[in-house]
Formats: sequence, structure tokens, C-alpha cells
Amino acid sequence: MAALDQTQVKEGVDQETVDAVREVGGAYKYGWETDIEMEYAPKGLTPDIVRLISEKNEEPEWMTEWRLAAYERWLQKEEPDWAMVDYPEIDFQDQYYYARPKSMEVKPKSLDEVDPKLLATYEKLGIPLKEQMILAGVEGAGETPEEGRKVAVDAVFDSVSVGTTFQKELKEAGVIFCSISEAIKEHPELVKKYLGSVVPVSDNFYATLNSAVFSDGSFVYVPPGVRCPMELSTYFRINAENTGQFERTLIIADKGSYVSYLEGCTAPQRDTSQLHAAVVEIIVEEDAEVKYSTVQNWYPGDENGKGGIYNFVTKRADCRGDRAKVMWTQVETGSAVTWKYPSCILRGDDSQGEFYSIAITNNYQQADTGTKMVHLGKNTKSRIVSKGISAGKAQNTYRGLVSMHPKAKNSRNYTQCDSLLIGDKCGAHTVPYIEVKNNSSRVEHEATTSKVDDDQLFYCRQRGMDEEEAVALVVNGFCKDVLQALPMEFAMEAQQLVAISLEGSVG
Amino acid sequence: MALAEVKQSATQARLMALTLPESGCLKAARQAALSRVQTMGLPSRRDEYWKYTKPDTLVQAEAPKAAVFHAEEDPMFNAFERLNIVFVDGVFDAEASDDLDLEGLTIDRIEDICCKDIHWAKDLYGVLEARGQTPVERPLAALNTAFATDGVAIRVTGKVSKPINFTYVHSDENSDAILHHVIRVESGAEVTVLENGPAASRFNKCMEIDIADGGKLHLVRAQGRDHERRAATHLFARLGKESVFKSFTLTVNGVLTRNEAVIELTGDDAVAHIAGACVGDGDFHHDDTVFITHDAVNCESRQVFKKVLRNGATGVFQGKILVKEGAQKTDGYQISQSLLLDEDSQFLAKPELEIYADDVACSHGSTSGAIDEEGLFYLRSRGVDKADATDLMTLAFLAEAVDEIEDPEIAADIVSRLEGWLARRR
Repeated sequence: MAALDQTQVKEGVDQETVDAVREVGGAYKYGWETDIEMEYAPKGLTPDIVRLISEKNEEPEWMTEWRLAAYERWLQKEEPDWAMVDYPEIDFQDQYYYARPKSMEVKPKSLDEVDPKLLATYEKLGIPLKEQMILAGVEGAGETPEEGRKVAVDAVFDSVSVGTTFQKELKEAGVIFCSISEAIKEHPELVKKYLGSVVPVSDNFYATLNSAVFSDGSFVYVPPGVRCPMELSTYFRINAENTGQFERTLIIADKGSYVSYLEGCTAPQRDTSQLHAAVVEIIVEEDAEVKYSTVQNWYPGDENGKGGIYNFVTKRADCRGDRAKVMWTQVETGSAVTWKYPSCILRGDDSQGEFYSIAITNNYQQADTGTKMVHLGKNTKSRIVSKGISAGKAQNTYRGLVSMHPKAKNSRNYTQCDSLLIGDKCGAHTVPYIEVKNNSSRVEHEATTSKVDDDQLFYCRQRGMDEEEAVALVVNGFCKDVLQALPMEFAMEAQQLVAISLEGSVG
Repeated sequence: MALAEVKQSATQARLMALTLPESGCLKAARQAALSRVQTMGLPSRRDEYWKYTKPDTLVQAEAPKAAVFHAEEDPMFNAFERLNIVFVDGVFDAEASDDLDLEGLTIDRIEDICCKDIHWAKDLYGVLEARGQTPVERPLAALNTAFATDGVAIRVTGKVSKPINFTYVHSDENSDAILHHVIRVESGAEVTVLENGPAASRFNKCMEIDIADGGKLHLVRAQGRDHERRAATHLFARLGKESVFKSFTLTVNGVLTRNEAVIELTGDDAVAHIAGACVGDGDFHHDDTVFITHDAVNCESRQVFKKVLRNGATGVFQGKILVKEGAQKTDGYQISQSLLLDEDSQFLAKPELEIYADDVACSHGSTSGAIDEEGLFYLRSRGVDKADATDLMTLAFLAEAVDEIEDPEIAADIVSRLEGWLARRR
């Protein structure tokens, strides 16, 4: 964090903001390593490795074939180079594609059988794998009434799922929440139907790679009309060295259902970079709603840009039915390189997509993140709020697409992306694509703090505030909107970000 | 065939149809440009920079036919005093042009420079174009530098009393013109440049403008009403300290227009305003691509682009503001808006910011939508009939771009053309 300490901060940038960024980008708290005996597949990527991963997961033949087909496709694909990120070439043959703790060889039947070392790891991360009311470390936990919020956790350690909590209680409600390897065995009909239906196998280089070698991840199915009784979460931990993590998440919200899903991730502090290429697919049927929240805190590398996770993630939600709704919220503070565009396909009429993002980069971090809102159905709505904060020598890019198809009559999009630079050695960039193919839709893209809602400003000024105060109030209220969109479990991390104001922002 | 090969063979096919003109002191510049084209290859549909505009007809060896349009009203800018320079199908017409002699400037034809060994234009011809090739390649501009058959070099040394007016006449339905102008505005000098007319069935034009400290240049152009014409124009400008560059472009009709502007603010306190208004009906594709680089302290740039589209017309805007490290106190503004008058038209935009300095105010906005129903209702409730109200709202929408023109007479001429366009579509 030395870089930020010496930085001359421009007048007008709120000190609280600088402190908050310093705090967030400070010493990486999750950089320790768990000393545990691991079992690896040989280095490199070949059809044999793909078969081995499939075998380790005890998958049926069709799944192995699916993976091998993906592997063939991957060989023909080229690594994308359009993002504003710069990193040394990745040697895909110098990676482990599968690593699991030895103790997980025989899958534990319940959490009680899980290696205590693993349990301790999650305990230390603040994610105890006990069926308790709420996660430890959440402020105000003591005040929560006993019948408080419950969170079911699926914990993924390198290539395998360690355990999933509250499975029984969820089952009573009809909700299926398990690791994807379990789902392939237990619910093949669902997996067959939906896997790869939102992010096709050949979607992009990293998604294709993931399709070939994904080792574990989470699976959620919420049946029609069910409101999931608790929040679901997955916690990803990379521990092994030189190992890529390729998780796959599949969430299906059937007609009229609701689920809120949280995702967290950390990794140890190391000098060499590690690869993480995940795919998340969400299917939202008629009248269903899914909230997906991420606090991404992979190891970002040290202050000289050494080490850190390369985070190349494909996340997409498909609003298949009418009035389906999906909301992505992300707080991106980690990773050396981030390449991530959680997207919404608004296929059903009156469906809605929302994207709230705060991306903080420091030192030599590079983030190229944003969203795609593809409006296909009538009266579809989308909203994008993105705040990028850059410090040190970091580069932060918002890249997004809003597309209104000819048939998406009367649709609406509102996009706002603001960037803040702390120091004169970093960069902030905005690359929005706007494609409007009908005239009854309205698309607005703006990136200024002065363009806050005139009515709200007028209201504030009428009550005696001066222009600046009024703008500050409205804008801060807006920023809090993003944070409040996060579930309570992320409150801790989010709280540090609340202080961030948009004064001195640069569009 | 691999993509690269397809591109290479398309480039070769186009180059085969051209010959490098006699060039004298410009020879080196032309040859360097030719090798740039050969290295880059001409644009193809798969190029990110041509995502929204198909370059095929701009690149193919033969220019597609375009019928010559005969307008009934007076030519543009006819009402005021100016120095006329006329090109017919891309060839200088000495008879139709005025005497190229005016206090405060010198004008030479590129053709004349080509027989000289020494000329000031040698230091400008192809220089800004070559600078403008990074970070984004503009092969059609390099092609122009290499193969331009005509054009002028203007050196402005004082305050020029009347505007210089380029009239580009289109008379042959198979014409394919490549023109290249260079303009050097010396320290403290001032000039207004007007351009009008379609020029040819296919027009490739490049203009390099170098403005020294404290110089001023105003450029207003109208691209002609020929429905079937195609044009790819490039404007490269480099601005010195406290200099001012303002440009406005009116595009009415034309099946395909790609206007690129590459502006570099290299001196402190420089000001660049780039504006454009386009109205398109039916088979109309208009693309404004702007790249502004801030490389000095306290500069101001402003981009205002408005498009009115109907009957399946397409409007494209790709605008970028790059603020280099150290270009503090930059004030960058960019707005691109489209008014879609019916269901079939479309607007595609990519407004980009790339910022490496922390004490800057850069903003961009982009909106698209139909005519405001509430505004229409308001006007109609005051007794204005629907067609009048729609026209009034459309003109008001375009006004922000037209307001960028400083000279009220020129602005009035532009507005009258827009009114004419609307009136013909009643």
C-alpha cells in the first residue's frame, strides 16, 4: 500500500474515500495457506486429464463426452486480447487442473466426517461450516434474534466441494442445493437440460476451457412457487500452488420462485500467478427472481505486481419467462487481473435485469469488468450502476453492452458508470457499447455526477441545501443503494466501502 | 481462407486498381503511406473499429455507381462572400474556381508541389495521418496519402478576410475521387474553411490541419444531397498552445458516410469542438468516429453529435477521449444522441473514455429514443398541428449541434437546409 500512502491526492477527493480504499487494499488478510496433504492430477491439459477429472467425480459417460467435446473446441479457440489488461502469456500446460485434499478421497457423508483442518480453514475465513444461524464475524450478530437469518454454505476447496450445510432443511422446502458433481449423479435430468444452455460450450476461450475441466461448483434448483427459506452461498478457496480453479455454478429458479445467492472467494499470498476461470449460469423462469451477490477477494498480488489471481469469469443469467428478474451485485477488490462481465439476457416480456458493481483496484491490479444487457422481450427493463475506483498504478475499465433488439418494444435502460482516480499513475476507462434497434425503447447512458435527478435536486434545494450539498446527498444515497443491494452477510466488507463518495469523480 | 489472407487479397485487389502519382518532394511520404496500407491491410467487417459499418464498398476496387443528384435550391454557402475552390469529380476546376490569391494565406495545388523539391507542405503531408495510425489503424487514410490525385496546401499567416470555400461537384456516376488537403495555420492566424458537395460517387478525403500556438480554424462542411454517394473522410488536427479548432458537419442523405476525426491537443489551453448533425431517411448509414487525445494541461474538448433517423436509417457514433498521463485540468465533454422517428431505424454507439490523469473532468452521455410525447402534447395543446410540432421538436433536438457554429449566417444556412429536409418529408 506504499504507493497510495505517498500519493498526492487531488483536492476535492474525500479523505474518507482514500482511507477506505487504503483499508480495502491494505494487507491481504486471507493470504495464509492451509498445510494439508493434497492429491494432484498430473500437470498439463490433455484428453486424459479431462477423462481423469470426470472419473474422479464419478461422472456418467455423457458428461465425459460433453467435456471432451468442449476440450476439442477449446483447442481451436484463441485467447481473447480485446480487454484492457496486460499479463504475461499463460502456459496452459504448466498448470494443475485438479487438486483435492487427500482426506476427501472418500467423500464424507456428513460435515462431522470432514477433515478438521478443512473445517478450521473455513472457520478462519469466517465461514464456519456449522449449521448455525448466521455467519460469524457479521457485526450485530449478537443482536440478531434466534429465529434469525440462516445461510446455507457450499464450501469449495481447490477442485472439490468440502461440504454443504442445511441440505436437509432445504430439501424439506424442495430446494436442491449441492455441489455440481453431486447434482450430475443425483439429478442428471436437470443438469442435462440446463448445463451449457446459457453459456454455450464454445461461448469464449475461458468458458470452453471451463466446460472441459470444471471440477466442482454449486448447483441450485428452486422448484415452482418456492421462496428459498434461507440465503444460499458458496465459498471458493484456492489453496494449492500452480493450480487453476475451474468451478461451475448452475442456478435454476423455476416459475414463481425466489432465491438469493452469495459468493465469496479468497486465495493464499504467493509470488506466482494462478488461474481462476469460472462459469456461472442462471436460468430464471416466469415470475421467478434471483439475486446473485459476489464479494470477490482473490489475492491481488503484492505492491510490485507480483503474484495474484487471474480471474477470467463468464457469468450469465437468462430470463426465460415473462416477468423474470435477476440482479447481479458485485464488489470486486481482489485479483491481479479481472475479466468478468455478468450479463442478463432479457428474453421474457417484462423481465428485468440489474447490475450493481463496485470495482476497486490498487497497486498493479487490472480490472476489466462490466455487464451485457440484451433486451429481447417487450417492456424489458435494465439498470446498470457501476463505480470504478483506481489507486496506485492500477487500471480499471468498465466495459458493457446494452442491446435493444427490434422486437424489444417499450424497453428501458439506464446506465451510470462513474470512475474515481486516486493518484496520477492509475487509469480509469469506460467502454460502453449501445445498440438500439427500435424507437419505442429508451436508452440512457451517462457518466457525470452533475446529471443526478433534477427532481431530487430541486427537492433538496427547496429545503435550503446548496447545490453541492444536494448533489452530494443524492449521489451518496445512490451509492448506498448499490451497497444495500448486498445481502447482510456481506455487510462487513461492504461497510468499508460505504464511505466512498463520488467527489472528484471523472465520469 | 484464413481471415488475414482474405484481407490481404482484398487489399491487393484495391491497390492493383491504383497507381502512385508523380510526387516530387512528397514521394517519400506517399511511399511510406503505401507501405503502411500494405502492412495494415484495408478494413474488413471483422475489424473491431468497423464493427458497426461495413467497409466493403469503400474498399472494393471499383466504386459503385451513384446517380448524380440535381438540387433545385441554391448551392450551400452561396449567399456570402468567399474564395471558391472547385473540384469536379475530384479534379480541380480552375475556371470555376476563384483566383487563389488572398491576403493572409497562400494556396498551392498538391499537383504543383509534386514538381518541386522543396515546399513547406512536405513537413505536413502524411505526417499527422501517420501519427493518427496509433493506437487505432486507419488504413483508408493511409491509402489516401499514398494515392491522392489532387488537393491543396494552404498556409495561413494572418487573419483571413473571407472564408475559403471548397465546392465538390459530382458529375459522373462512376467517379471515384481521392483528395488530400493540408492546412497550416501559423501562430496567431485565423481562417474559416467551408466545404460542400458530394464530390464523387465514392469519395475518399483526408484533411491534415496543423494549428500553431494561438491559431484558429473554423471548419463547416455539408456533405451533399446525392442519395447514392459514398464517402470516407478523415480529419487529422494537431493543436498548439492556446489554439482553437472548431468543426461542424452536416450530413443529409448519402448511402454510406464514415467521418473520422482525429484530434490531438498538444499545447496547453487548446480548445477543440467537434460537432455534427445528420438526418437520414431510408437507405442511409452514417458513422461518426472521433478520437481526441489530450496531451497538454488545461485543454478543453467538446463533442456534440445529433442524429435524426427514419425509414430504416442507421446512425453510428464511436467517440473516444484519451487523457494522457500529465494532461491535468482537462475538460472533456461528449454527447451523442439520436432521435428515431420510426420503428425501423437504429442507433449504435460506443462512447469511450480512457483516462490516465486524476485532476480532470470528463463526461459522456448517450441517449436514444423516439420523439418526446409530452413535448408533442404540449405543442399540440397550444394549437400547433402534429406535423409542425414534430418538425419543431426535431429542429430543437438538432439545435445543440448547430449551436456549435460560431458564425450566425452560416448557422442560419444550415438550419434552412434542415428545414428543407423536413419539409420535403411532409
